[in-house]
Amino acid sequence: MRTWLRRAIGYVGAIAVMLVVWEAASLLLHSPALPTPADALMQVVEQFPLLAPHFGYSALRVVVAMVIGLVVGAPLGLWLGRSKAADLVAGPLIFLNYPVPKAVFLPVLLVLLGIGNASIIALIALIVFFQILVTARDAARSIPAASVLSVRSLGANAWQVFTNVTVPGAMPEIFTALRIGAGTAVAVLFFSESIAGSTGLGYFVFDAWGRVRYGEMFAGILAMALLGVLLYEAIEFAESRLCRWERAGR
Amino acid sequence: MASVSAHAVGVTYHGVDSDVVALAGADLELADGSSVAVIGPSGCGKSTLLLAVAGLLATSTGSVDVGGEPVSGPRLRTSLILQDFGLLPWKTVRENAELGLRIRRHPSSERRARAAEALERVGLTEFVGLYPSELSGGMRQRLALARALALDADLLLMDEPLSALDALTREDLQDLLLSLWLDRRHTSVLVTHSIEEAVYLGGTVLVMTPRPGRIGSIVENPGMGTPGYRQTEAFYAKCAELRGLLEAEGALHPGGGAL
Ligand SMILES: Nc1ncnc2c1ncn2[C@@H]1O[C@H](COP(=O)(O)OP(=O)(O)OP(=O)(O)O)[C@@H](O)[C@H]1O
Ligand SMILES: [Mg+2]
Repeated sequence: MRTWLRRAIGYVGAIAVMLVVWEAASLLLHSPALPTPADALMQVVEQFPLLAPHFGYSALRVVVAMVIGLVVGAPLGLWLGRSKAADLVAGPLIFLNYPVPKAVFLPVLLVLLGIGNASIIALIALIVFFQILVTARDAARSIPAASVLSVRSLGANAWQVFTNVTVPGAMPEIFTALRIGAGTAVAVLFFSESIAGSTGLGYFVFDAWGRVRYGEMFAGILAMALLGVLLYEAIEFAESRLCRWERAGR
Repeated sequence: MASVSAHAVGVTYHGVDSDVVALAGADLELADGSSVAVIGPSGCGKSTLLLAVAGLLATSTGSVDVGGEPVSGPRLRTSLILQDFGLLPWKTVRENAELGLRIRRHPSSERRARAAEALERVGLTEFVGLYPSELSGGMRQRLALARALALDADLLLMDEPLSALDALTREDLQDLLLSLWLDRRHTSVLVTHSIEEAVYLGGTVLVMTPRPGRIGSIVENPGMGTPGYRQTEAFYAKCAELRGLLEAEGALHPGGGAL
């Protein structure tokens, strides 16, 4: 069976299970805050014209932020992992900052960058950056010495070792970090949009909550879930293309 | 021309806790086109010696010349084959075979042609699109050889290349190594833990002393390369001679087991 088909069937099965649990929970709780799946889906259809632009804003923010985090974090992490001197200088700095919850800096960013896209993107990018940086550094450090030696014995310079060994060797782990980062990113997106936005799904959900429009609220929640799934799948797809060897020899 | 001449080579590793003197005053003289096997107790510095000849390791004392030129870094026509083959898991068979040529910026048409010829020589033509993880151990070793052939290496440095293979595959590859050498007459240095392999593939067998390593004795092995050598009396006699030398050095475990 083709992999995508197997995946699709997996998704359909998972959705079926979720719908059943959801339906049961909704019937049991009997609260307007948890509508039945049928009602919620109706709401999504009804709210679609209103929801779509908010979805667009949220998607754009999270994608731009993750790209920034990746483009800055991955090369820097790989470099620190391979260069003892660089790591000696930058390492302590990073590990001092890594455990600090970045979300608490949202107010600072709001003061510096104002309410809106810039601070939301900056916050998500910052979080994704650290996750990728730390993973890329560890991945680069654990690249087998034999791989490096054999490529160097072929006359590779530092740049060629980097492109032929370090980057592909660390790529699967960077993708893992990206996938985990996607989950965090969507959560932070929700949090920051609900505080610092007048657009986006986070804002939409909280606004509906404030107006006690639970149907709308649930439509927003479903849209947020869809955003997370799409992001995850996109990363998965990129990995299957860029790390083909990983599927070989299993 | 790829004669190798090393004088008083010393290498000290700066370890985490203490320094390790891996080589102290190792001398090596290999004529162009010779096939040499190096054998010695574990940890005596065989791999280190090979890395020094490959130009991948700074020596703390002494000098290494290959083809009359002092070695200061990787040399164009030296090929190193490591214990675990040194293949890149993320490159296909073809890409691995072409790697050396690509790093040296040969045009892609030439890369293709030379890699295809080398893969043909080692019998991997059908498998060009696979990744190393999809190959058997013997096939991986053939691929490592193909990479060296594609580069037209005149000095082949091999660090226990066959140690991970089962006995049958191992003999098969020993025969391939021998026939490649008989065809091409490159200079070949083979580090091995197997007495039989050393005698089958080494025209000269160098026995190293325990760490810090030096070349302890030099055993000439004129029968090497003659057809059916593995089955001859001379072969067995040579193996026994080598075993005796290693035993005297304390390199063999009591009972004469493997190194
Ligand atoms: N990178 C390193 N850092 C520190 N010490 C090392 C390093 N590489 C090797 N050594 C030490 O140098 C000595 C010689 O190592 P080497 O790998 O050359 O031995 P070898 O003869 O190839 O052994 P084996 O037969 O087990 O492969 C050993 O004692 C080893 O512990
Ligand atoms: Mg070794």
